[in-house]
Amino acid sequence: MPRLVSHPDEVKVVSRRFGRGATNIDRYIELDGYKAVRQAIEKGPEWIIAEMKASNLRGRGGAGFPTGMKWSFVPKQSEKPKYVLVNGDESEPGTCKDHLIFLHDPHAVIEGCIVAGLAVGAKTGFIYLRGEYRYLLTIMEKAIADAYAKGFLGKGIFGSNFDFEIISQTGAGAYEVGEESALMESLEGKRGIPRIRPPFPAVVGLYGGPTVINNAETIASVSHILNMGGEAYAKIGSNRNGGTRLFCISGHAERPGVYELPMGYNLKKMIYEVAGGVRGGRQLKAVVPGGSSTPVLLPSEIDIGMDFDQVGKAGSMLGSGGVVVLDETVCMVEFALRTIQFYQHESCGWCIPCREGTDWLKKTLTRFHAGGGEAKDIDHIQYLAENMLGRTFCPLGDAAAMPTIAFVKKFRQEFEDHLNGKPCPYAKQQELTLA
Amino acid sequence: MSLTSIAENPKPGSTIFSPELAARFDKLVTLYPRRRSALIPMLLYAQDEIGYVSDAAIAEIGQRLDITVLDVRNVLTYYSMLRTKPVGKYNVQVCTNISCMLRGGQEILAHCKDRLGIGHKETTPDGLFSLEEVECIGACSWAPAVQVNYDFHEELTPESMDALLDEYRSKASQ
Amino acid sequence: MADVTLTVDGKTITAPAGTLLLEACRKVGIEIPAFCYYPGLSLQAACRMCLVRIEKMPKLQTACTTQVTEGMIVATDTDEIHQARKAMLELVLANHPLDCPVCDAGGECELQDMTFKYGAGGSQFVEIKNHREEQQWSPVVFFDRPRCILCYRCVRVCNEGMDVAALGIQQRNSGSVIAPNDQTQLDCEQCGMCIDICPVGALTSDTYRYKTRPWEMTHVGTICTHCGDGCKTTLGVRRSDDGMQIVRGDNRDKSGLNGEFLCVKGRYAFDFANNEERLTQPLVRQPNGEFAPVTWEDAIKIVAQKFRVARDDRGGASIGVIGSTRNTNEEAYLLQKVARSAFGTNNIDHHRTTDYVALTRALAGKKHRMASIADAGSAPAIFVLGNDPTEQHPLLAWNLRTNVRHNSARIYLANHRDIKLQRQAKSSIQIPADGYAAFARFLGGEENSVFGEDAKALRDALRNEPSLLIVFGSELRGSAIDALAEFGLSLPDTKFACLGDYVNSRGAADMGLYPDLLPGYVPIEQEGGLRAEYGGRMSQQAGLDVAQMFEAAARNELAVLYVVGDDPAERLGVDADALRNTFVVVQDMFMTATAKLADVVLPTSNLYEKSGTVTNTFGDLQLVKKAADRAGVRSDLELIVRIADTMGEDVHALVPFGKGVRADMGQSRGVQSGEADRHGIWLAAHNLEPKLSPFDPNAVLDEIQRLVPGYNFDRMELLAGTSQHVDADGSGVMEISRFANRPDGAMPSADTLFTSGTLGHYSEKLNEVETFQAKKSMVAAD
Repeated sequence: MPRLVSHPDEVKVVSRRFGRGATNIDRYIELDGYKAVRQAIEKGPEWIIAEMKASNLRGRGGAGFPTGMKWSFVPKQSEKPKYVLVNGDESEPGTCKDHLIFLHDPHAVIEGCIVAGLAVGAKTGFIYLRGEYRYLLTIMEKAIADAYAKGFLGKGIFGSNFDFEIISQTGAGAYEVGEESALMESLEGKRGIPRIRPPFPAVVGLYGGPTVINNAETIASVSHILNMGGEAYAKIGSNRNGGTRLFCISGHAERPGVYELPMGYNLKKMIYEVAGGVRGGRQLKAVVPGGSSTPVLLPSEIDIGMDFDQVGKAGSMLGSGGVVVLDETVCMVEFALRTIQFYQHESCGWCIPCREGTDWLKKTLTRFHAGGGEAKDIDHIQYLAENMLGRTFCPLGDAAAMPTIAFVKKFRQEFEDHLNGKPCPYAKQQELTLA
Repeated sequence: MSLTSIAENPKPGSTIFSPELAARFDKLVTLYPRRRSALIPMLLYAQDEIGYVSDAAIAEIGQRLDITVLDVRNVLTYYSMLRTKPVGKYNVQVCTNISCMLRGGQEILAHCKDRLGIGHKETTPDGLFSLEEVECIGACSWAPAVQVNYDFHEELTPESMDALLDEYRSKASQ
Repeated sequence: MADVTLTVDGKTITAPAGTLLLEACRKVGIEIPAFCYYPGLSLQAACRMCLVRIEKMPKLQTACTTQVTEGMIVATDTDEIHQARKAMLELVLANHPLDCPVCDAGGECELQDMTFKYGAGGSQFVEIKNHREEQQWSPVVFFDRPRCILCYRCVRVCNEGMDVAALGIQQRNSGSVIAPNDQTQLDCEQCGMCIDICPVGALTSDTYRYKTRPWEMTHVGTICTHCGDGCKTTLGVRRSDDGMQIVRGDNRDKSGLNGEFLCVKGRYAFDFANNEERLTQPLVRQPNGEFAPVTWEDAIKIVAQKFRVARDDRGGASIGVIGSTRNTNEEAYLLQKVARSAFGTNNIDHHRTTDYVALTRALAGKKHRMASIADAGSAPAIFVLGNDPTEQHPLLAWNLRTNVRHNSARIYLANHRDIKLQRQAKSSIQIPADGYAAFARFLGGEENSVFGEDAKALRDALRNEPSLLIVFGSELRGSAIDALAEFGLSLPDTKFACLGDYVNSRGAADMGLYPDLLPGYVPIEQEGGLRAEYGGRMSQQAGLDVAQMFEAAARNELAVLYVVGDDPAERLGVDADALRNTFVVVQDMFMTATAKLADVVLPTSNLYEKSGTVTNTFGDLQLVKKAADRAGVRSDLELIVRIADTMGEDVHALVPFGKGVRADMGQSRGVQSGEADRHGIWLAAHNLEPKLSPFDPNAVLDEIQRLVPGYNFDRMELLAGTSQHVDADGSGVMEISRFANRPDGAMPSADTLFTSGTLGHYSEKLNEVETFQAKKSMVAAD
């Protein structure tokens, strides 16, 4: 069972029911559950969307698109049925927050999903979990069954005139399916290849109907926002970045774990105070601030607030909230290789720059790390990554290119060190780590 | 020519799956606005029952969804958790992605290789264990992590990994 | 849609709103490279070659998916775009083998061309390329995986264009691979569209693979010799020991009426021409009963003498002539003219596969009621009665599918069996196999309890169609066609087409290979016109049809049977005894069942080895160009002329060569000129005009155009390669009552996608494919 952590600086909103038995529907109700949805039924879609807009909630999947605005894009009238799609295909390396939500608070996902449905006029919601989360699907399915049994799902939910159905399933192992249009393809029983946009999902989505697709954490935040009021939620966070966020601290932190902190919380403080600093008192070498696709930050760059805008200004991205801490022992070439190995493995293969680019970056970095590099390879790695950037079919190409460019740019010396004979000059220090 | 034929299958009505799973499939295909949406869950459940997605399973699933065998294979081969060959009773999947790598994931993998005497995507001669190096499994803050079949095991050390393998071994002999 | 104005590279261009930027640019000559984009197929945005800079957009955009909008400012010719294209090509080439010197596509490869135009000479890529062995997927399709650049054109053309869906995409990342539907083999229509559409050499055909280089071939666009649809096929020919040999058939020239399409026969079944059993020497039966080769001069002398003697001693009616459905219009026309005016017989016929006469009669006096095959691709509604176009008329099926896909055309079907086109049909009903005539009458309002509610609904739907194309198979003949035409003509706007089986089935009918009809369906008894032209020897009595000729032979009433490119003995099961007192002359490529019964066999060229015209079953007249050549054989046209000449006929009266410049148009010179050049010496020896010989099909075409009703086409357009629709006027047959109940004499061939009458027997590739697919169906049926 994943270990839960806590820290005084935490503001528990989404995580407030973690570890409190809220998988049980009665316990969930006791803990203010299914209050928001009743209010939503009463007050109607315009009120919901207004509150969501006021909350400044931005998508927790990584792109940070304002949720209230996204919902407002769904056309009121539609010939085809509308859908709500909860993206629980959490796959960005460094990220494990939805894992805890499904594990501890599945009803919050159900409740948020119903509210989203009420907001846009959808009668069906889908909850899609990554394939590896099968044990969480079991929890989710139980929660859904309980909700049906109570009349919270199905015909005339909560005694109203509204109908709402939820179907949950898992994927079967594909990072790319976390991309919203690829997720819709997967849900339609196809290969996880993204769709050409426009049209956007809000207009033409799942089964061709208008579709709201949100990250599981985003959806789990919805009931709390309605309960506390959009403005109050917004106030917890920073400018234009409402509320809190689950930060998944991993790597060489002394106390890794998932911490819920206000948006805009200082990264340096997050590492050194909340997560107890670098393991074993070692020096910090780098921080990956928002999952493996976000450009790495140097220790000198981490005195920033963790929200979409401030991290963007620092040349990286807030991403999915996966903060990976790297200490002085890490070989950055190896780290870059492991990162690119992942994107190569997960590239859907649809477009040339991503398919071929990740393949060749992997090959070149493998050779380079093994000591077979040449000086011109360093520029070539960068050249390759830059040729992928912004030119691929979907953001996966960028996700592979951006960190690679940053690794080469910020740790060029380490790349050059690899040219001097021995395979990896950092291997020795790694042995130290294990000792 | 069999151009118009949907996936070739035994006789309609007959199934290669257990009655429980067949019943589950019957229901599953009705859940979604389009039958085909049930494809990925069906492949997973078929794999859970048979151990892998067999040719017969592909044919029957195709027939149940009214899609061709080619269609099923196109999808099946895309997803990394789906396999067309059997694996051991316990499929040990060691994550070595960045967060796990930083906390010894690769050492856990090396340790498993050593202990089980098998490499990546290999199975022990007794058919008990298979080993697989996998990408991020979503347990980054509790690294290094391993999934055995669908069960997560976090914050492992070589020692606790040994204990874990022993646990599965004894579970198998029960 | 209204036009919008945008700026591309500083140029102001206009295009209808909604046009794809890539298309809008191409229309004004701004080339935007693309691999995955293919007109008419779904959009992919996968190859990223077409990236352009659009103002106000943060990233480069794919021109293949962006629709033009008012005021859009686009840059396609900047350093940034050049760099992007170059980099993209570098990535494509990263794993692409550089085996261009041996690759089938070398020299006609889009990747080569693009690398030449946009790419770089060098590459920074030094890693080892991923390699996989080549796979054979079927008797005709090979897949070389490393060469595949994953543009998905093959998958789409198979899925969307062919509605076969035999190709898929499997695995992912750089392991992504195009895969066939039967694990390691293709279970499909073997059309080879995937090969044609492949921009590189990943998909290659067994017939061409590693045979030659494209620049070593001459590419000749001519008409496929197989079914009645008349697709243009481009034959790649190469000099061989005994002539010019066909090494490849494909659809490189997409200017034909088939556009993108070509089926298995048009692509691979040219190999009959290279069959080892091909006859290359005239054979004359010796007293011992065996054939012996003789010179052409001797053979023609023997034939001419026998013909003349028979005519002079026993009368023209003692001569029977059977023409071909695979010869040119010129040959068919000349054959019947020679038969009538030189032999003095109306005993002339051909293998009829449908009843063109009945349709012509039913539409007599109506203009523009005969459809072109192009109409099947554009008509808003099409009713297909009988036939299985997928098997028997693959281009028709393609046009219908494309029409549904692009224009949402409504297809209605009535058939006695399940046919694949049902998948595209708006509604489809089943009728009894013997119920077509009754159904035609039912459509016209005659109630019939055999036809239920679905049939009534179909009839109502057809009645409500403001514009309808009716296409029917040979299930309908004679009065059934009258009933159908009557129904069709009662609707606001209807066109018709009747489906015959072979490349020139319609041409043979149009050219008067009938015992009772002159060219253009002019009754034999009609005064003036053709009859006046054909001279005094011509009989005014209708002659014998094929079956009657054999009956006459059995009664010792047929002195001579002259069979030009047909195998009636096989079709009718004629036994040798029936012809014991008939002198049989057969012109053919092979020792067919009929040839085996002959006294003289004259080896001939096939449609790929001659020039002329053919008319498809829809009445689309097209130019046939000589592509190949085989030493030892002669064209039927030449042989007909030489036999007549040797008989002492005035060749000038038979073939109006040298009568004026109209027939020439310069076409008698050059490699595609028909027979003019080859016979220069013969011409000089006979004091004939070398510029325009009696062997020049253009001379005959000139007369066809002058005399045959309906064949008033645009000569320049035809010679330029554009099909011309001909529309015979059936007034003549309308006026004569015997045509109302005329026996149609049709024997439909029941060919499938993988058979092609007698010719099919000699195509090894077609036989191989047929066996291959038959095995697949047997497995599937288990």
